[in-house]
Amino acid sequence: MARISLSSSLAPFTGGETAIELDVANVRQLFAALGERYPELASQLETELAVAIDGEIYQDALLQAIADESEVFVFPKIAGG
Amino acid sequence: MSSTLKPQDLKVVGSRPLRPDGVDKVTGRARYGADVNLSGQLIGKVLRSPHAHARILAIDTSLAEALPGVKAVVTRDDFPDMPEEYAAAGELTINYRDVTRNMMAREKVLYDGHPVAAVAAISESIARQALALIKVDYEVLPHVIDVREAMRPDAPLLHEAQYTEGISPRPDRPSNIAKRIEFSRGDVAAGFARAEVIVEREFNTQPVHQGYIEPQACLASTTEDGQAELWTSTQGHFVFRAQCAKLLAMEVSRIRVTPTEIGGGFGGKNNIYNEPLAIALSRKSHRPVKMVMSREEVFRATGPTSGGNVKVKLGATKDGRITAAQAELNFQAGAYPGSSVAPASMCAFTRYDLDNVRVIGHDVTCNRPKVAAYRAPGAPIAAFAVESVIDEMAAKLAIDPLEFRLKNAAREGTQTYYGPKFGTIGYVETLEAARAHPHYRAPLGPNQGRGVATGFWFNIGGETSASVNINEDGTVALMHGTLDVAGGSRAAMAMMVAEELGIAYEHVRPIVGDTAALGFNFITAGSRGTFAGGMACVAAARQAIERLRHRVAAIREVPVEAVAWQDGCARPAEGSAHQFAPMSLAEIGRVAGRTGGTIAGHAEINAQGAGPGFGTHIVDVEVDRETGAIRVLRYTVVQDVGRAIHPAYVEGQLQGGAVQGIGWALNEEYVYGADGVLQNPGFLDYRIPVASDLPFIDTVIVEVPNPRHPYGVRGCGEVPIIAPLAAIANAVAQAIGIRFFDLPLSPPRVLRAIAEAAGGPA
Amino acid sequence: MARHHVKATVNGDAVEFLCETGQTLLEALRDELHLTGTKEGCGTGDCGACSVMLDGRLVCSCLVLGVEAEGRSIETIEGMAVGEELHPLQQKFLEHAALQCGICTPGILIAARALLERNPDPTESEVRFWLAGNLCRCTGYHKIVEAVLAAAREMRAA
Repeated sequence: MARISLSSSLAPFTGGETAIELDVANVRQLFAALGERYPELASQLETELAVAIDGEIYQDALLQAIADESEVFVFPKIAGG
Repeated sequence: MSSTLKPQDLKVVGSRPLRPDGVDKVTGRARYGADVNLSGQLIGKVLRSPHAHARILAIDTSLAEALPGVKAVVTRDDFPDMPEEYAAAGELTINYRDVTRNMMAREKVLYDGHPVAAVAAISESIARQALALIKVDYEVLPHVIDVREAMRPDAPLLHEAQYTEGISPRPDRPSNIAKRIEFSRGDVAAGFARAEVIVEREFNTQPVHQGYIEPQACLASTTEDGQAELWTSTQGHFVFRAQCAKLLAMEVSRIRVTPTEIGGGFGGKNNIYNEPLAIALSRKSHRPVKMVMSREEVFRATGPTSGGNVKVKLGATKDGRITAAQAELNFQAGAYPGSSVAPASMCAFTRYDLDNVRVIGHDVTCNRPKVAAYRAPGAPIAAFAVESVIDEMAAKLAIDPLEFRLKNAAREGTQTYYGPKFGTIGYVETLEAARAHPHYRAPLGPNQGRGVATGFWFNIGGETSASVNINEDGTVALMHGTLDVAGGSRAAMAMMVAEELGIAYEHVRPIVGDTAALGFNFITAGSRGTFAGGMACVAAARQAIERLRHRVAAIREVPVEAVAWQDGCARPAEGSAHQFAPMSLAEIGRVAGRTGGTIAGHAEINAQGAGPGFGTHIVDVEVDRETGAIRVLRYTVVQDVGRAIHPAYVEGQLQGGAVQGIGWALNEEYVYGADGVLQNPGFLDYRIPVASDLPFIDTVIVEVPNPRHPYGVRGCGEVPIIAPLAAIANAVAQAIGIRFFDLPLSPPRVLRAIAEAAGGPA
Repeated sequence: MARHHVKATVNGDAVEFLCETGQTLLEALRDELHLTGTKEGCGTGDCGACSVMLDGRLVCSCLVLGVEAEGRSIETIEGMAVGEELHPLQQKFLEHAALQCGICTPGILIAARALLERNPDPTESEVRFWLAGNLCRCTGYHKIVEAVLAAAREMRAA
């Protein structure tokens, strides 16, 4: 099970839950699981959120692997100017 | 992707060769957006709303269409309506329902300058006459521009169906507040309760424009079988292709975008403006259509940065540890939602190791152009507020401002309040380098003061594609799609490829490929040009090296493991039993065609692992109490860039970004009349820094390599604009004992404050 | 709209072009003579990107009418290099990385050359004030001023 933390900014869409455990093997599966669990979060998942897996940040990397016991943080994506 | 090259092993990276586009640029040969012409081309011009807010009742283009010389006219009727659909467009996620309306108004005009119609004619003067013949019936509505006023429940409403997102339960009244976002960590109430000193302040900044000297310019040419060619000055030709395809309901493969040289972007050229209009006009007229904005149009109708209202509260113990930090950021989004309030909220306090943080951000629509990205979008506004309060707190605690920051600095392993823990970062190194710099101890005179401030930006990677082709004479063609938007990144990419191949920089020719030549490339923004572009070019070079080794193995009839690549040659691997005559790139190139074909490498990646950047700035100012003018006497930029591939270009980014921040602090602002019409759409009254305003800008390049890039690159373009606003305000506070909470610090405002402080009338 | 026939000298060559009454010299150079090295940044004389020499005088070509060029001599960026030899200013701009996007560069080079022709040994301050009419948004002017001073040094030594 990977330990998933959600950025506090996502709390309004998850009914306040920001720490859960999920059995997922990559970012795509993570987003699918989160979307199922929190329907109000679903529209943002693939386009607006980045993840950090064991400290390394990934943005737009749906197939990035998540290992068992990984620490995953989900937070808003960044761009730039 | 990793690299074990130590600085002393590098032969090309870290040196200062001349940039390959340099001669073209100093001779006037380089072709920018307005320099491209096709025979038979028409001139396109846009009719723009004179009102800040109005309903469009009717548009009559009949007289314009009848004018001799006019070949096409387009309005909202020529473009499909778009449902709500989001796509990543660089700085901010964009909503196509809004993008099409920003490109050409449909139900309402929402700002002075909003496009309502466009014409294509055989000359500019006829096009202008045609615009004057288009009749638009407006129902003028009350408007609102200031962010605080737009947030009020009784403010004029831009979008009747806009309900604040991010609030649970959903509000039942529409609002100009499009979105609320909140980040929190720990318990701020408890943190403030523990604090022995608290500082709480409110700040206001005015909107500013990126100020690129080249107005937007494009040329579109379509064919009767539905193909379109587009030349345009852009930061992202693939993104422009995507946006045009969407807005015009065309397949992506039917549009070929060739990026011209760009005369500055800074985030303002991440999005389309005239491009779909030019394509539509070309389709209707069956001729190429060229559209070049005037400077006035650039100010009235392209995206500036937000004006902001920021409240900050900070609590600390007497020994200098911050116990709680809180902020509310209210940003103008302009006519449609989507300001940079989210990234600004995320980086407001991120330079510090904090247990208790709460940041709330509001994205607020108001009657001015939709904001666009501007170099570290939102961060300078947030940093102006936070770094000013940090400075005030340090003064209250009688702790040196750099020491105070060091006591609370984020380091490797620090947990951020918005997301992940930091990996390897160089914030502390920049603070220490600033503290050790002679500037920090130089003497000051009367009415002179010194200020420091720091900045942080995340930096990004993104989709990048590149190809490396070995020419038949052993020289190398490097085709990349990461546009060199000025920083010299094409030179840096060529340098990295030369380093990988072990050949001279002069033998690698970098060319920017158009959208037909390469896989997708994201906009050059987010400080990603050298970082992601470099990563893809290095990957392409390494693939080419693999193929070179295989080819030589076949030619020399040895196993692949016996072939090593070193200094531009295939040589016997160390300790290998198979000896053979080495082959240089030139020798391989000469026989490549007859031994299987050209050898090339390419890479299509989504570059991950962008490394955050930190900077510390020191500025000395002198305030003229008679005129209110603030003179910048001395400026030092210290920044961690990971690795400076080409130090001179890195210095250029640090200097250029700092000066934009100086302009933001001292003079730049949009001035609106009571009617919501922009009063200063030109460089005379929108005052950017000129050469005589400034001293030399000292730069100190700190290198804490980014472990996720083959050469340790972090990207450096955005961080330098963040700190100057607060650094200057902090310096002014030292110089005349007056702290300013509103920007810009223009002479009239400074004089008024000096008079008030003296107890007299303004 | 009737157009005027104008004869002038540009970079030493005799040229002719047609222009409308209201067209500027900048537009005539770019659109009629196809010399696109001179740039339009603002059209109102505030940015200097359109700087050219008109009978030996530094002007904003967006503030000069095309018809005013009749019988006069104009020098643009295209005439700054002599054959293969770049002007020392052009060379120093390259060596000192004094350009980034390059859109202001032609105007600044023309203006800087005019300065050095009048004052071969300017101080830093004199360079800055002379170039105050040329806006640059990319460089912060630092490397531009360094390059101008370096070119001045080299030209004095020649």
